[in-house]
Amino acid sequence: MTDSTYSAPPTASACPACDAAPMARRIAASGARTEEAGPGRLLLSLPGIHCAACITTVERALDAHPGVRSARVNLTLKRATVEADPGVTAGDLVKAVNGVGYEAHELESAALSATATDRQGRELLMRLAVAGFAAMNVMLLSVAVWSGAADATRDLFHWISALIAFPAIAFCGQPFFRNAWAALRHGRLNMDVPITLAILLALGTSLYETAHSGEHAYFDAAISLTFFLLAGRYLDHRTRAIARSAAEELAALEVPRAERLVDGAPQVVNVAELAPGDLIRVRPGGRMPVDGVIGEGTSEIDRSLLTGETLPVFAEPGREVSAGEVNLTGPLTIRVTAAGRDSSLHRMADLVAMAESTKNRYTSLADRAAGLYAPGVHILSAVAAIGWYLYTQDARLALNIAAAVLIITCPCALGLAVPAVTTAASGKLFRKGMLIKDGTALERLAEVDTVIFDKTGTLTLGAPELEEPEAIPEEVMALAAGLAEGSSHPLSRALAEAAQARGIAPASVDSLAEVPGYGTEARWQGRRVRLGRAAWVGAAPGARTSAWLAVEGEAPVCFGFTDRLRPGAEEAVRGLKDAGLHVALISGDAAPAVRAFAERLGIEDVTAEALPADKAARVEELAAAGRRVLMVGDGLNDTAALAAAHASISPASALDAARVASDIVLLGEDIAPISAAVTTAHSAVTRIRENFTIATVYNVIAVPIAIAGFATPLAAALAMSASSITVSLNSLRLR
Amino acid sequence: MEVLAFLIPISLFLGGLGLVAFFWTVRSDQYDDPEGDSHRILSDEFDDKPKS
Repeated sequence: MTDSTYSAPPTASACPACDAAPMARRIAASGARTEEAGPGRLLLSLPGIHCAACITTVERALDAHPGVRSARVNLTLKRATVEADPGVTAGDLVKAVNGVGYEAHELESAALSATATDRQGRELLMRLAVAGFAAMNVMLLSVAVWSGAADATRDLFHWISALIAFPAIAFCGQPFFRNAWAALRHGRLNMDVPITLAILLALGTSLYETAHSGEHAYFDAAISLTFFLLAGRYLDHRTRAIARSAAEELAALEVPRAERLVDGAPQVVNVAELAPGDLIRVRPGGRMPVDGVIGEGTSEIDRSLLTGETLPVFAEPGREVSAGEVNLTGPLTIRVTAAGRDSSLHRMADLVAMAESTKNRYTSLADRAAGLYAPGVHILSAVAAIGWYLYTQDARLALNIAAAVLIITCPCALGLAVPAVTTAASGKLFRKGMLIKDGTALERLAEVDTVIFDKTGTLTLGAPELEEPEAIPEEVMALAAGLAEGSSHPLSRALAEAAQARGIAPASVDSLAEVPGYGTEARWQGRRVRLGRAAWVGAAPGARTSAWLAVEGEAPVCFGFTDRLRPGAEEAVRGLKDAGLHVALISGDAAPAVRAFAERLGIEDVTAEALPADKAARVEELAAAGRRVLMVGDGLNDTAALAAAHASISPASALDAARVASDIVLLGEDIAPISAAVTTAHSAVTRIRENFTIATVYNVIAVPIAIAGFATPLAAALAMSASSITVSLNSLRLR
Repeated sequence: MEVLAFLIPISLFLGGLGLVAFFWTVRSDQYDDPEGDSHRILSDEFDDKPKS
């Protein structure tokens, strides 16, 4: 803990862990969670609404639904809150909203409880308002004093100022006083200690001066100092709160429901209620909520989120499945072996929560500045006070000078330097579809020199695309498309799309049927035709993702598939390379597929068939060699690497555990903003450093004046406002 | 200078009035949906009191 001796927690959650850890814990604990929301209160996410007509249409549709007491749309959050009778389910409401032409998703209200009321933000806003009110009034009286009010008038004005300033500061200054006290009690020093000392000393000496008809009182300085610092804190809080609520919304969209079979009848229950031994049904397209063994049904399983393999795996009774895998073709009945906290998914999430500590060790620029600043100003003002006392033997003068030094060196500019820049930068990135989850993410991102990409689901969409569709004869394509119509398997859909893109109408086939886990079968011109797995149609299986078309009595035809490139992947890689960063690809997929893919993107450093442990080991190895790694990944096999990396990014389609482990979440499908994020991070850090320079220059000029005893309340007010305003304006240049 | 005895209390009172009004707006959730509120004013569906 040596380097955190002067760590400054500007808010209760200055350290990234305080933001990340509860969330990881909450997500890990989500298995043990029950419905905590108020009775009959339902939340819907409405991503498509944007205008007054949308609001009224959706509200009218919801109000008209039987059992709904009231419905309120929030356009800022793109959310609807519905108060309804207990019998009404979110599914009914989603249908009602879909009926009037809007997209709606159910939100798990328990996951959103933390942002339902932003009590801390509201409290800060109240204090900011009171400080602003008091500062304006005290400043009004001070201007009168500076412009020549004397004797009894001046004293009266000072007294009124004191009357306003004391209660106002007692209320507004509490966040600083609390933080300072907490730090002192643990024998540490943070930014709030000199702030508190400056405010209290200024108030004390000013009160003494006022009582003795003194000429100078610093009430205005004390209150405007509080105002500027609160403004910084509030900005800081807003940025965090917006990021947190967006991150929570992503988590809340995944409602943990499962279909449990009780005596053969399906029953929708919370995943938390599942216990080992239960039978559950997973429909095609559904994600496994638990670990288990397949009891009934055949299908294919997409394991790409867990392992990075793109090739779907054949699933039959007796095969083990883990939470997070996606069922592709046929309905499966699964006997639960581990649920909730014991499932492999949650064990991994717990692991990540522990690994977060690597990032906690990062000391932010603000903390480093505070580490220099806090002891510096204390020594300065103490030296000034002792010097003047020894020189003049006047304790009153010495204390006044010490107070002036503390006020002039006030960290207003320092307190605004970082939050103003991060607010501007995160706002800019948010508009580009990136969500900054961590306070120090931008600083860490700016230091990155190596970028490691995962392949499946990160640089690709995890959706297949037909290889060389032009090379396939038209009638073969038409027949394949005709068979593909019978299935919603990703490969079938890709085939149908490719045929459509070439303008080929699907051939009409008879008695089309899907054989879950194998493919589709039909009769065409009196012959049996099959589209599906190699072994099923009588061909030798290959290493690539492929589907085979077999017409009875003819040799089977192979359709090769590649994983579809994520939009913006090429731009992202090129942009990062142009910025002078080393780009590497590491994937759990088979070597030939990975190599062909890397060539397409122009990545030379390629590792294939990597295990999850290999990925994390590679990141740690690079870190040990002094490289700072940015990890971009989405799967469970990436989480360890995401947590170990210096900075990390994951797409919104990533698993919960991966999103929790990363600093930045990409909200859209496009991955191109990654290179823009690195550029923005660089300019943000440049602005922060400039702001520190501006603040330092002001202090270098003002401190000698204060120590020499020439500082007046007017000079202090000018220095404080001028430095705060220049710093804020400089931050706005980032937009 | 006697005018000060009126002016200062009046200015403080007016400022305080603004402050209390601001407190009320914060407490009654009026900053929860700034974007929606700016659109709601265009809506034709109004009744006697704001929807809660």
